Amino acid sequence: MAEMLTTADGIPLKAALARAQSRARRKALFLVLPLLIFTLLSFVLPIGAMMARSVHNPEFVASTDRGTGAVTPIMQNLKGWFDANPLGTEPDEAAYAALVADLAHLQETKASGSAGTRINYDLPGTLSLFKSGARGAGKLEPPFKESLLADDARWGDPKLWQAMRAATAGVTADFYLAALDRTRAADGSIVQAEENRQIYIKLFLRTFGLSALITFVCLLLAFPVAHLLATLPMAKSNLLMILVLLPFWTSLLVRTSAWMVLLQEQGVLNDSLVGLGLITEDQRLAMMYNTTGTIIAMTHILLPFMILPLYSVMRTIKPSYVRAARSLGATSWTAFRRVYLPQTLPGIGAGGLLVFILAVGYYITPALVGGASGRLISNMIADHMNDTLNWSLAAALSAILLAAVLILYWLYDRLVGIDKLKLG
Amino acid sequence: MAIPTYASPLERTWAWTYRVLCVLIFVFLMAPILIVIPLSFNAEPYFTFTDKMLALDPDGYSTRWYDLLLTFGMKAPDAVRDGGWWADMWANSTWLKAAKNSVIIGFWSTILATALGTLAALGLSRPEMPGRKVIMAILISPMIVPIIITATGMFFFYSNPCGILQWVGISAQCGRLTSTYTGVILAHTILGIPFVIITVTATLSGFDQSLIRAAASLGANPRTTFFKVILPLILPGVISGALFAFVTSFDEVVTVLFIAGPEQQTIPRQMWNGIREQISPAILSVATILVIISVLLLASVELLRRRSERLRGVAPA
Repeated sequence: MAEMLTTADGIPLKAALARAQSRARRKALFLVLPLLIFTLLSFVLPIGAMMARSVHNPEFVASTDRGTGAVTPIMQNLKGWFDANPLGTEPDEAAYAALVADLAHLQETKASGSAGTRINYDLPGTLSLFKSGARGAGKLEPPFKESLLADDARWGDPKLWQAMRAATAGVTADFYLAALDRTRAADGSIVQAEENRQIYIKLFLRTFGLSALITFVCLLLAFPVAHLLATLPMAKSNLLMILVLLPFWTSLLVRTSAWMVLLQEQGVLNDSLVGLGLITEDQRLAMMYNTTGTIIAMTHILLPFMILPLYSVMRTIKPSYVRAARSLGATSWTAFRRVYLPQTLPGIGAGGLLVFILAVGYYITPALVGGASGRLISNMIADHMNDTLNWSLAAALSAILLAAVLILYWLYDRLVGIDKLKLG
Repeated sequence: MAIPTYASPLERTWAWTYRVLCVLIFVFLMAPILIVIPLSFNAEPYFTFTDKMLALDPDGYSTRWYDLLLTFGMKAPDAVRDGGWWADMWANSTWLKAAKNSVIIGFWSTILATALGTLAALGLSRPEMPGRKVIMAILISPMIVPIIITATGMFFFYSNPCGILQWVGISAQCGRLTSTYTGVILAHTILGIPFVIITVTATLSGFDQSLIRAAASLGANPRTTFFKVILPLILPGVISGALFAFVTSFDEVVTVLFIAGPEQQTIPRQMWNGIREQISPAILSVATILVIISVLLLASVELLRRRSERLRGVAPA
C-alpha cells in the first residue's frame, strides 16, 4: 500500500487541504458578516415583524399605552366565556354580565379605544358603540342582557358577537380575508364583501395591469434607442448615452414635478397646443392627477432601467448575423424578426422584469400625480398606515404585495442572475 | 447607421422614420429635465412661459424664486443684507436647513454603506464564499422590496427597537430611533448598500486574484495587501458605488416621511411638502439646482468608469 501523502510537517494532505479551505471560507464569511447582520437586524427583521402584525392583532384583549409601551389585559371576562362556550352558542345572561364587567373595566383603564378600534375594522361604526357602552356600563343593573340591549340594541347583533369572538383569539387570518375582499358571515363562513366594499382585489389588478402597461410602453420606447446606441460608433453612442443617464441620475421628485409643470391644465404642453390652435381653451387635456399622468411620469422614470440592460445585450450581438440572413435572401423584416429579435430576448427579459418589479411597488409618483384614479396598492398601504390606522390590514396588503415582488425577484434571479444587475 | 446605397425606397423611409422616432424618444427623456431650468427664472408665479418670457424680454425673467429659497423661514427676510441678515439666513432658512440635513444624512449613510458594502463585496467575490447566491439576494433586496413596505417596517422597528425582544418573551422598552438622525441614517444606509454591492462586485469581477498571492509572496500582510494592492485597483468602483449611495440618500423621501421628525427634514421632504401643498416656482428653482448637481455627479461617475476600465486593462471607450 502506498504511503499516505503528507505535508512537510507530517499532517495528511487531505486534512491540511480541508483545514485551509475552511479557513478561507471563514475569512470570506467574516468579511460579509458585519453587513449581513446589519441587514438582517435593521431590514429583514423589521419587515418580518411588520408582517406578523397581519395575523397577530391583540388590541381587543390587550391595550398598549402608546407613550410607555405598557400592556394591560382587557376583555378577560368575555374571553373566559368564549373559551368555555363553543362557536354558535347563543350569548346568555352570563355572557352579557361578562361583557358589561369588561366594558366597565375598559372605562377604568381608558382602553375602550383599543378594543373598539379592533372591532371597528370588521364592523364599521362600532368604535362609538364601545365608547358609549364603556361610559354607561357602570350604571347598568342586572339582568344585564336586557339593560344593555335597552341601552343600545346593537349589542345583540350576532355579527358583533362573531367579531368579538374572533378578536379574542389575538391571532387571526381576518385581515387577509379583508385584503382579498372577503368577510366572515355570522356563522363563521367566508363570503364576499358587499359590492361597494370590494376595493382591494380591484386595486391589486389595477396595480399589476398598469405596471404591465408601463413595462410594455418602456419596452417599445427603449428598443429603438438601445438599438441605436448599440450600433452607433462608440464616441457618438457615449455622447447619446448621457441623454439616457442624466434622467437616471436626476432626482425623482425633480422629474415628477417637471411632469406636473408640463402636463397640468395650465401647463406648458396644454398652452402650446392652444397656442398652435390644435385645441381650444375649453378643450385643454386633463393629463395630470389621473391614470394618464401616472403612466407618463412612471414610464419616463423607469425607461432607463429598460434601456440599460437592453443596450448591454445588444452590444454583444454581432451585426454579421443579420447581414448573413439578408445575404441568404431574408427581407429586412424577416431578418429582424427571426435573427435579431431572438438574440435580444435576454435583455428584454432582464429589463422587463426589473421595470415591472419596480413599478408594482411604486409609491411617490402615483401619490403626487396620480390623483384619485391613478393610485396604486402602495398608496393604499400608506393610507391605512397614516389615516385609518388599520395597521394590520396595511400589513396584510403589504404581505401580499411583498410575496408577489419576491416571486418576481426569484424569477429574475433564475432567468437573469442577480449578479448580472448593472447600473450605468 | 449609414443607410446603404442599395437600400430600397421602403427601407429608406423606414430608416428615416427610425431616426425621427429615436430623436422623439430622446426629447421625451430630456424635455422634462430641461424645461424646469428656464421656468425657474419666471418673474410670475406661473408654471408656463409668459408672453414676456417668449419675447425674451428681461422683465419676464427674475431670480425671485431663488431669493425665496434663501429667505423662506427667516426671521427678518426684508432686513438690510448685512452680516446679521446672512447669519439669520444661515440659522433659519428652511431650505438651507433641509440642505444641511440632506448633506449630513447623505454623508454618514454613504460612509456606512460604502464601508460595510465594500467589505461584503470583497467576501462575496471570493470563490470560497459559502451560500453566495442567497446572501447576495438578501443584500440586494432593499432595492427590490417596495419602499413603502421598507418604510413601514422600519417605522415600527424604530419606534421601539427593543420591542423585537417580545418574540423571545422579553418585554422591553428602550429609546426610540424615530425622529432621530441615527434612525434616518441607518435607514438610508440600508437603501444605499445594494448599489455599493453591485458596483464593487462588478469591479472585482475584473480583478486578478493572483495579485493578492503575489503581494503575499512578497511579504505583505493582508492589511498592507488591501491598502496597497486591492483598494487602489477597485477604488473607482468603490467611489462610484459611494456616489450611488449618496444619490439614493439625497433623493429619498418615503423613509424620511415615516421615520424623520421635524428636525430631520431633508430637501426631498421639503419638495414633497411643496408639491403637495401649494406648488410654486420655488420648487423649480430647487429642481434646477438638483439637476446641476446630478450633471456633476454623472460626469464624475463617467470619468471614474473610464479610469476603472483603463486600470483593468479593458480597452477605453
